Amino acid sequence: MIDQITVFLENDRGRLAAMCRALGDANISMRALTIADTADYGVARIIADEPTRACEALVDAGYRAKITKVCAVSIPDRAGGLAELFEAFDEAGVNVEYAYCFSAHAGEAVDILRVDDNERVFAIVDEAGFKLLAPEDVYNA
Amino acid sequence: MSCAAPSAAPTSELLAADQKKQNYYQSELETMARDELEALQLKRLKATVANCYENIPFYRKAFDGLGLTPNDVNSLDDLRSLPFTTKQDMRDAYPFGLFAVDVHDRVQRLHASSGTTGNATVCGYTQNDLNNWGDCFARCIAQAGGGPESILQISYGYGLFTGGLGAHEGAIRMGSTILPMSSGNTKRQIQMMSDFGVDILACTPSYALLIADTALEMGLNPATDFKVSGAILGAEPCSENMRKEIENKLGVKVIDIYGLSEVMGPGVSCECSYQDGLHVAEDHFIIEIIDPQTLEPVAEGEWGELVFTTLTKECSPLIRYRTRDISRIIPGVCSCGRTLRRMDRISGRTDDMLIIRGVNVFPSQIQQVISSFDEVTSYYQIILTRRGALDHVTLQVETVPDFDFDEIRKIEDLAHRINSELKSNLQVAVDVKIVEPKSIERSEGKAKRVVDLR
Repeated sequence: MIDQITVFLENDRGRLAAMCRALGDANISMRALTIADTADYGVARIIADEPTRACEALVDAGYRAKITKVCAVSIPDRAGGLAELFEAFDEAGVNVEYAYCFSAHAGEAVDILRVDDNERVFAIVDEAGFKLLAPEDVYNA
Repeated sequence: MSCAAPSAAPTSELLAADQKKQNYYQSELETMARDELEALQLKRLKATVANCYENIPFYRKAFDGLGLTPNDVNSLDDLRSLPFTTKQDMRDAYPFGLFAVDVHDRVQRLHASSGTTGNATVCGYTQNDLNNWGDCFARCIAQAGGGPESILQISYGYGLFTGGLGAHEGAIRMGSTILPMSSGNTKRQIQMMSDFGVDILACTPSYALLIADTALEMGLNPATDFKVSGAILGAEPCSENMRKEIENKLGVKVIDIYGLSEVMGPGVSCECSYQDGLHVAEDHFIIEIIDPQTLEPVAEGEWGELVFTTLTKECSPLIRYRTRDISRIIPGVCSCGRTLRRMDRISGRTDDMLIIRGVNVFPSQIQQVISSFDEVTSYYQIILTRRGALDHVTLQVETVPDFDFDEIRKIEDLAHRINSELKSNLQVAVDVKIVEPKSIERSEGKAKRVVDLR
């Protein structure tokens, strides 16, 4: 499992910049950032080199930030690759809450997934013929 | 040692033990038989009416206009024929028009309300007035479990506002040790509360909550590590859930206190350890509950506007002062043994009432709904705007730190549930906005819960 930092942000001018600045000042390097937004607020999801310290830095700076356990899966970069993975989750009755692409190069894509049953993730991913990545593979990517 | 059953203790010792248990400060007055109390009230009412008539032209004119003289007051029921006094009357009398004592004579101190919506209302206190006020507040200290041996941290603002100095008078009469902090500088408040071993905290509920939350942020646990065991909280509404939150976080018993500067200040009424209504200091004040429209008394136990007549005040006596606070008299007697009747906690103010799309809404109703949700904190703000011809209500709330906001649908679901709860309770649609932590202003005094931009 990978530690992702989730941050609750109001839809206000400069909030995103200020949050990134807070991470920069703490000497945190981000690997991925994705934002789910609504009219009033957004939820930023961040993969960084030192998630615990990054989360503490944000909380200290007054942000509502927390660590969320997600999984990172390596998938061959070909048509239908991701579909096979999601079908495997579907067959196992595990819901995918959200997913986003972390990286794609050299014929391999890495996707970050949040599912509703972390216990069974490894078995499902393994059986479907994909590879679950270790934290160090992601934090230092 | 003998194994025989101990002989019955003398009655006086039993009484003393009982007094200690029930935290009486003036047991003979607090537990006086009703008929004796009413006789005392009548005697004092006659003296008050005479004082008003002789020394305050406003009252003489009002009595003359109704064809009344002090001799017409021969029973407590006769009070109902006397004229009311309103806040506007006090403003019109600015500054000393309602004083029965010359300000240069025996007046020891002046207090005044903020006056943000007109002239300030000014009250004067003679030394006797201050002593009586102190006695009223000292009862509250006792009811919060305090005594002469206690250290009392007073974190109400000191100054023209009656909170700080009212508590101060009470602590003087009780003989408690006073830590006169006033409000503000929260971290220092916490440091001293811890280092000095404070027993009782007196402040507003919202400030007590801020003190608790700040202490927790500082890595302290007041509930287990601080000596403080009682809190006397007043000057603004506090829901039952907010009370529980403060009690749990600070490790205290919260005693609700009521008062208003026009009538005296904090201590007009106060809860006992049973926390089931506020005992009115009926030896100093007569309480009435009236219908604010018809001005007639409501039936026993019904809600209405609180009206007070002072019985012992020398400088600023008031006859039938309309407080605009909504409460009721709780029927029946309290288990604590006090015969002083209890009023319910203030459910709202006749002039705080918001009219939203024609529906009457009290901010306290909104607070009650919010506090039933564990996912949000006690801090909230209501913002009223107009969209076209319609009123629009936005309610800002903050989630608690351990709320799982990683999935948008959980946030949306929470906002939706608060919204439907408000809708079913108030019959008004409220736009619930979940905001970032600490974006709602923290208050060191009375919290500003409503922003009306209409």
